[in-house]
Amino acid sequence: MTAQPNRRASGGLIDRSKVVRFRFDGRDFSGHPGDTLASALLANDEHMVARGFKYHRPRGIFGAGSEDPTALVQIGSDAARTDPNTRVTEQEIYDGLEALAQNVWPSLKFDVGAVNDLFSAFLPAGFYYKTFMGPLGNWMAFEPFIRKAAGLGKAPGAPDPDRYESINRHCDVLVAGGGPAGLMAALTAAKAGARVILAEETAALGGRLLSVDPDKVNLGDMAPTAWVESIAAELAGMDNVTVLTRTAAFGYYAQNFVGLWERVSDHLAPNDQPANLPRQRVWRVRAREVVLATGAVERPLVFHENDRPGIMLAGAARTFTHRYGVLPGKRVLVFANNDSAWEAAFDLQSSGARVAGIVDLRRDIDGGLLSTAAEHGISIHPGAAIVGTSGAQRVSGATVRRMSDSGGVEGPVTAIECDLLAVSGGWMPNIALFSQSRGKLVYDEDLSAFRPGQSWQKERSAGSAAATFDLDGCLKEGARAGADAASKAGIPAKAERPPKVEGAERPQGTPRVIPEIPSGRPRHKVRAWIDLQDDVTTKDLKLAVNEGYDSIEHAKRYTTSGMGTDQGKVANMNAFALVADALKKPIWQVGTTTYRQPWKPVTFAAMAGQHVGDHFHPRRVTPMHDWHKSNGAVFEPVGDWLRARAYQRPGESFEAAVRRESLAARESVAALDASTLGKIDIRGKDARTFLNRVYTNAWSKLAPGKARYGLMLGEDGMVMDDGVTACLADDHFHMTTTTGGAARVLTHLEDYIQTEWTDLEVYMTTVTEEWAVASLSGPDSWRVVAELCDGIDPDPEKFEFMSHTTATIDGVPVRVFRISFTGALAYEINIAADYGAWLWDKVMEAGQPYGIQPYGTEAMHLLRAEKGFVIVGQETDGTVTPADLRMDWIVSKAKGDFIGKRSLSRSDTVRTDRKQLVGLLTEDPTLMLEEGAHVIATATEPAEKPVPMLGHVTSSYDSPTIGRSIAMAMVESGGARMGERLWVSRKGGTPIPVKVTETDFLKMREDGDV
Amino acid sequence: MFLITCPYCGTRDQSEFSNAGEAHVARPANGEELTDEQWADFVFLRNNPKGLFAERWVHTAGCRRFFNMLRNTATDEILAVYEIGAKPPKVTTVEPATPSGEAPIGSGNDAVKVMRPEEPK
Ligand SMILES: [Zn+2]
Repeated sequence: MTAQPNRRASGGLIDRSKVVRFRFDGRDFSGHPGDTLASALLANDEHMVARGFKYHRPRGIFGAGSEDPTALVQIGSDAARTDPNTRVTEQEIYDGLEALAQNVWPSLKFDVGAVNDLFSAFLPAGFYYKTFMGPLGNWMAFEPFIRKAAGLGKAPGAPDPDRYESINRHCDVLVAGGGPAGLMAALTAAKAGARVILAEETAALGGRLLSVDPDKVNLGDMAPTAWVESIAAELAGMDNVTVLTRTAAFGYYAQNFVGLWERVSDHLAPNDQPANLPRQRVWRVRAREVVLATGAVERPLVFHENDRPGIMLAGAARTFTHRYGVLPGKRVLVFANNDSAWEAAFDLQSSGARVAGIVDLRRDIDGGLLSTAAEHGISIHPGAAIVGTSGAQRVSGATVRRMSDSGGVEGPVTAIECDLLAVSGGWMPNIALFSQSRGKLVYDEDLSAFRPGQSWQKERSAGSAAATFDLDGCLKEGARAGADAASKAGIPAKAERPPKVEGAERPQGTPRVIPEIPSGRPRHKVRAWIDLQDDVTTKDLKLAVNEGYDSIEHAKRYTTSGMGTDQGKVANMNAFALVADALKKPIWQVGTTTYRQPWKPVTFAAMAGQHVGDHFHPRRVTPMHDWHKSNGAVFEPVGDWLRARAYQRPGESFEAAVRRESLAARESVAALDASTLGKIDIRGKDARTFLNRVYTNAWSKLAPGKARYGLMLGEDGMVMDDGVTACLADDHFHMTTTTGGAARVLTHLEDYIQTEWTDLEVYMTTVTEEWAVASLSGPDSWRVVAELCDGIDPDPEKFEFMSHTTATIDGVPVRVFRISFTGALAYEINIAADYGAWLWDKVMEAGQPYGIQPYGTEAMHLLRAEKGFVIVGQETDGTVTPADLRMDWIVSKAKGDFIGKRSLSRSDTVRTDRKQLVGLLTEDPTLMLEEGAHVIATATEPAEKPVPMLGHVTSSYDSPTIGRSIAMAMVESGGARMGERLWVSRKGGTPIPVKVTETDFLKMREDGDV
Repeated sequence: MFLITCPYCGTRDQSEFSNAGEAHVARPANGEELTDEQWADFVFLRNNPKGLFAERWVHTAGCRRFFNMLRNTATDEILAVYEIGAKPPKVTTVEPATPSGEAPIGSGNDAVKVMRPEEPK
């Protein structure tokens, strides 16, 4: 076959001096720089590029841009870079480009799934719903079949190696769309001095000016492309203008916030993509004013067998002809309901195609059009309809009949051969962004379509987006819109004078819209597609209405019409019209489905931008982190922090490491990096009063140099945080919080100080990052502290439990606290964070004679459980009061009001059957309970479900110190069940018998109870 | 994504702020004297109107200060920001009007997407 047999000799924005080679569906093709995959395939006379979603019928190239519903392919076979559902009308070609047909097996041209088409009667609207709602077995039976049959492309199978970014920008005027109206708007606003961003979805500015015959139309004595170039050059020369091509305005949000998606280097081969540029960008633009110059979308005609490859929008055929220099057919039949399609016919004829006829639903055709058709020798069929088409993988002909007065067809059937069927149902203003901005649409009877009505945000529409279809009008309206936008943004502007237009063609006139074009066939034998991507036919929508789906939003979801990756850009209006017709309601009453962001699919990668991998979420590490890393630490995330969970020695199991660490913390000395604990510095003359109100216990008598444990409640009486707070001076306290709760606690405290108790003089700031903390636990810990610190006698006989003091280490000031979360003798050394790593080295050095070990959070959890201490968030879950924890001792009865106090006497919180914290000891000491497992009252699970549940296990460990497994649980009326025998259920085994105990296992061991 | 004007710092991106619920809900000083129902009304129940709403925001990633905002929840218009303790200023906004409880324009609701033929343009 000749290379590119449909390529025209000249014209278009392509570079014929260079050849680009690419592969599609396993075959080699060539094109030129400037081609899209669509234009290059059409140049090679390839119309069929895909198969339908449901019926696997052949699908061709229907549009020329983002409106195309079905020409979707997979780009690239590299698992990391492959891109599914890429529109061939938007993907530009490059050397080595590989495109694969989707949803076909074994091949595009011979596809087994096409057998679905024979069973189309069994796949009606609501098929999935009905299958779901029917007997369970139906879904089971159909599911594998549906999964295999329905679908689009394949998701990448490896991490994305490319770079993406997002950019924030402010501007005075954002212009969406670089056609004639958009160009004039941008030029006007820019010349007035406004900061302008012009976003054009395709690779080149010009819009419809690139799709007209340059020999026929002139703008200010220039060919259309020359005029576009001159404006582009003028804009490029201004510092206040940013022109973005390959950039779609995809989302219009509140407060004139508009998202732009720029495909920076998708048009280049991976090896040619500049290393300094991302693959794609999302621009987050805040515009003072917006001009919507988003153009119009051509409407398909709804007729029997309107889905074959080679059936294409008439406007798209012109775009391929003039913008890309490709004649998409040699023998063209035109099917229309408006004047613009006649212009398309004349255009294709003078560009080298042979027009085999114009079929128009309208009976009365303008005399000028009739005489031009006669000049071209084109046979015409006014007041007629196409009633059927032929051709397996490409349209080969159509049959035509006259329309009758009663709305049917009559008379003889005329068969016309063609290899391209250009259809046009009129032009619909592209109101997607306008509607996203929450402006109100108005249904235009002349247009048979919606156009912008009442604005809500600071935008205006111009050109064909505002239903102004003539070129001269577009240019003028664009200039006026640019002037209005700039002026309203505070930069006075006058509309630029548009160029004089010569040879402009006639606009569409008044289209004759027929929701479903008659074919003279029995109803059940009509297959007229509304939505080509989702394979929705008129029959499906009518069935939905018959079954009671009379809201357009419901009919859409029931049939999936407009729910594909194209969001029904060309399909929706026909769906609205058909539903309105079926309901016998005016279209404005039926309304539209909701135009949601995004206007077209934006990649997840572009949305994520730089926020991937390590940049997905900030990760906090302590000053000692490097030491942990180089000493075998296994890390776990705690809030935003990475904490060492255990330090595994070579060949040592995780469990063995935890045992070793915990024994050191009991029997000699071990050190925990506790730097992540939340720390809040609280000052002011009312600080003590404030603590009394935010903790459940009393703080009035806590003297400087002392510290106290506190429970913090929410106003609902539930435990929200806990920690030790030290009194540094009468008006100065150092509060610690849980690692994960630090930010929440500070906001909670600020809330009360700023909005409730504004009379209190209290100041707070977070000092979490200011201090690095080494916590030393074990009988030898005081010796290590004694060796390290000057100016302190840490002897436990002298340095009291729950007290603190200042000291120095080699002259560096530290705060030393004698507090313990393990139940063992323990000290916390706080030092300025910059000295954290240094302190840790010192601790390890000083502790060496005593066999000091670092211990991680897992050993910490075990150690505190041995002592029966709770962890907020493990024993508690937001529904637990102090009494539920059996910690009534910490709730002061004597002092005044505190946060949550009143809720502790609510009828619900005083119930005696609430779950309470208890210890559980398995009768078999070697058995470990599963955290989260249910506590039940019987030795076997009763047959009747659900099994009555008394509570659940909150913590469970294998304790080397206690010499057996230990667990804590929340159990109904737990405090009254001491010594009781209960059971804990387990998966795949009989329930485990346990004894209810107190939670201080260390004490129980001392007392010989365990 | 809103732009929010912090009364102390100026206009910033919404990502710097957190919503802190309904404004002008004072914590009862006499909790012990209230019935369970009265107390529950303070702890658990908040208004959630469609239309004008006074709510609190906090400039979490900025000055950390709380302030009040008047927002139309049907249209997401931010009508005023003012300090804690101050009275809400008088504002005008398009209130929900249609039978489905929607503002006549600016809402995403079905009822107001398309103009009725008799509506003024
Ligand atoms: Zn602020």
